[in-house]
Amino acid sequence: MNRFYVMLGVLTLALGAMLVYLLQNNPSAPRAATEAPATVIDDGFRGDTLGSDKAPVEVVEYVDFECPVCASFAVVQLPTIKAQLIATGKVRWRYRDFPLSIHKYSFFAAHAAQCAGEQGKFAEMHDQLFGNHRWAQTGQNPTGLFRELAKAAGVDVARYNACMTSGRYAARIEFSRQEGLQRNVNGTPTFFVNGTELHSSRLPTSDDFKRLADSLATRRK
Amino acid sequence: MRYRQAIAVLALVGWFVALYLGLHALGIGGELKCGTGGCDTVQTSRWAVLFGIPVAFYGVVGYTAILAVTLVGLQPAWLSRRGPSLLVAALATGGVLFSAWLTYLELFVIHAICRWCVTSAVIMTLIWITATFAAFRRPSFPAPRTDP
Repeated sequence: MNRFYVMLGVLTLALGAMLVYLLQNNPSAPRAATEAPATVIDDGFRGDTLGSDKAPVEVVEYVDFECPVCASFAVVQLPTIKAQLIATGKVRWRYRDFPLSIHKYSFFAAHAAQCAGEQGKFAEMHDQLFGNHRWAQTGQNPTGLFRELAKAAGVDVARYNACMTSGRYAARIEFSRQEGLQRNVNGTPTFFVNGTELHSSRLPTSDDFKRLADSLATRRK
Repeated sequence: MRYRQAIAVLALVGWFVALYLGLHALGIGGELKCGTGGCDTVQTSRWAVLFGIPVAFYGVVGYTAILAVTLVGLQPAWLSRRGPSLLVAALATGGVLFSAWLTYLELFVIHAICRWCVTSAVIMTLIWITATFAAFRRPSFPAPRTDP
């Protein structure tokens, strides 16, 4: 009997040591991908797009992946916009990063989306990040989750990991943010329709964008 | 006695697994060690919290109860009694049903598997099998002596 309790004590110590190891030996989010670099260079990139290059209307959305309103817009309004306006060639949608400093992991999320975009999966990663948005409320390090979301988006995980570790798109994201500041963007989501900021007292709906697109198309005729 | 010792060991391992997931849910320790699994997808899903409490802490409470009852059942005064085994079997039945529901959610709703959660489900199932066997087996009495 005594031998059993000694064994139980040894097992408790071993499991306790393993728990401490698991909790401590834990890489945080790659630093290069979580913050703006000291120097920002324009690499000529002007955001991932959805829709035809020939669409008469272009909507630019300044987006923060940790922003709950952006998530709500992406989940509730965007599917209808995609079906009614983007897929029909009426509207081209352009994403510009505008990570807000109040959000701990929004820069990191923007970088994850860029790393997916490198493999042609920006839109899929966008949908994953907004479709599984509970990560933005937990405050937990989302490194592992983003990797799983990237995998679900069809991204090659090894290349994604290398991209995230290198932080190669940090300058691009910061350039987009500074561009937004120059255009007086002060919150997300902010929309520009054919270059003009869309002012609204509430979050615009798919119907608002449809009316705008129809009216701009009529004016062109 | 061997059955109860086995249950105590299993409950202790399960307690540490649940504690690890619980601490992660509180934001302690950062990224979950999960290999290629979907631990983070499961842990950040809306089913990871029940009545405002991370699901892992229900596991911590469950394993603590099973371990406590088993350790009491290992005391000499309780060794020959069936009560502790029945109580552990009842607790483990609840644990198995809860684990089965969580595994169903992982497979068919969340579409991601958390290896630590599966480990806990396997441990709880082993506890249930062992406790049920211990509770309902026939007590072994020494063979009656036949004096000439």
